[in-house]
Amino acid sequence: MSPISRGFHGRRRTPAGAEGRVPPGQYVTSDFPVLSAGPTPHTATEGWTFSITQGGDTKKSWTWDEMRALPEEDVTTDIHCVTRWSKLDTHWQAVSIDTLLEQVEHQAAYVLAFSDGGYTTNLPLQDVTGGQAWLAYGYEGGPLPAEHGGPARLLVPHLYFWKSAKWVRGLKLLEHDEPGFWETYGYNMYGDPWKEQRYAGD
Amino acid sequence: MEGTAVRGRLTWQTATVTKITPETARASTIVFEVPDWAGHRAGQHLDVRLTADDGYRAERSYSIASAPGEPVAITVERLEDGEVSPYLTEELRPGDEIELRGPIGGYFVWDPATDHGPLLLAAGGSGVVPLRSILRDRERTGSAEKARLLYSSRSLPDVIYREELERPDPGLDVVYTLTRSRPPGWRGHAGRVDDALLAEVAWPTGQGPLAFVCGPTSFVEAVAEGLVGLGYPPARVKTERFGATGGRQ
Repeated sequence: MSPISRGFHGRRRTPAGAEGRVPPGQYVTSDFPVLSAGPTPHTATEGWTFSITQGGDTKKSWTWDEMRALPEEDVTTDIHCVTRWSKLDTHWQAVSIDTLLEQVEHQAAYVLAFSDGGYTTNLPLQDVTGGQAWLAYGYEGGPLPAEHGGPARLLVPHLYFWKSAKWVRGLKLLEHDEPGFWETYGYNMYGDPWKEQRYAGD
Repeated sequence: MEGTAVRGRLTWQTATVTKITPETARASTIVFEVPDWAGHRAGQHLDVRLTADDGYRAERSYSIASAPGEPVAITVERLEDGEVSPYLTEELRPGDEIELRGPIGGYFVWDPATDHGPLLLAAGGSGVVPLRSILRDRERTGSAEKARLLYSSRSLPDVIYREELERPDPGLDVVYTLTRSRPPGWRGHAGRVDDALLAEVAWPTGQGPLAFVCGPTSFVEAVAEGLVGLGYPPARVKTERFGATGGRQ
């Protein structure tokens, strides 16, 4: 039983029209806050590759131009950060992860996304397939800024946004789940915002 | 970027406010008595949960301001359009009960037993809070590491922990830069942190320094990139940015 915070009434309620779109414990912001654990890497698209690896082998790799030649999708979606902001109707230009994984034969159950700067995050394969996840390189009509993960980041909007790895350079295919960067520090292995899975055990 | 072991479940518990100390016109330090606190490390944060009488709840994360071993404390700066910070800074009283859980976060952490090298702490505005935990931990553990705090504040009255910082511990230098207004005769730095100021204040890379940078995004981006430009390895520059609306420096 939570103690009542005497004199607390709350000011932020869900904006009109957004009912049902804001997960519990989140508030809507129009900003795009930046959160990352270290300096922002600046990776040129020349020399950039995106790789799908398994057991130390690179199964498939795309250069920037090869990736950009794949079918582009326009994605409009709401995003939810574990630090409690949600942002509605964000627009992205992206390649579906389905498009990438279709070119690789595998029997993986999980992936570990890996990024410039050493960041990693884990996801079940079924959460990055079926039209639910993208490799995003465009934001609101322009190139994705470096501080928001450019040149390209993962976009997995149905999970908390730390799962949408910035500066992503590939996916490691795994048979068993293993924690990534924040997951090792006590954040949730899955991160469903609708179940408020912020930390381990939530 | 190696981590530590995954912890068990973090549960909410009811803490009692024991003391509230104004730090500036907008910021206060709140000290809690927490019945079952597992202990924290310098730099970690905690979550606070408020419950209205109609059941409405709001949660926010705050950096822990106290050192490991001290009573749990946070320092909260009031945001004008905020929902939780005005309550914590204006309504809350000693004796009140409040829910919190933590500690949270394990990367933006200084551990005197395992982290070596002189400390460069860079704060933008209320980004000084977790750095103060590090400084107090350094003092309490008698760490031999030298430390420098580079603190960017709008003005001198906006400096949090000013009294404490005016009589720094041995081996600690405090360097201010005031971005908006300066007292008459101010001989310190003025304006935002730039590469020249960083080059002057930052420990040479040959000494193996470890940097902690906390503040609004623009501050953190400028300082972290400046340090990388000076040759700091990115893994030696740990950052924490304000999660909510920026522009609080």
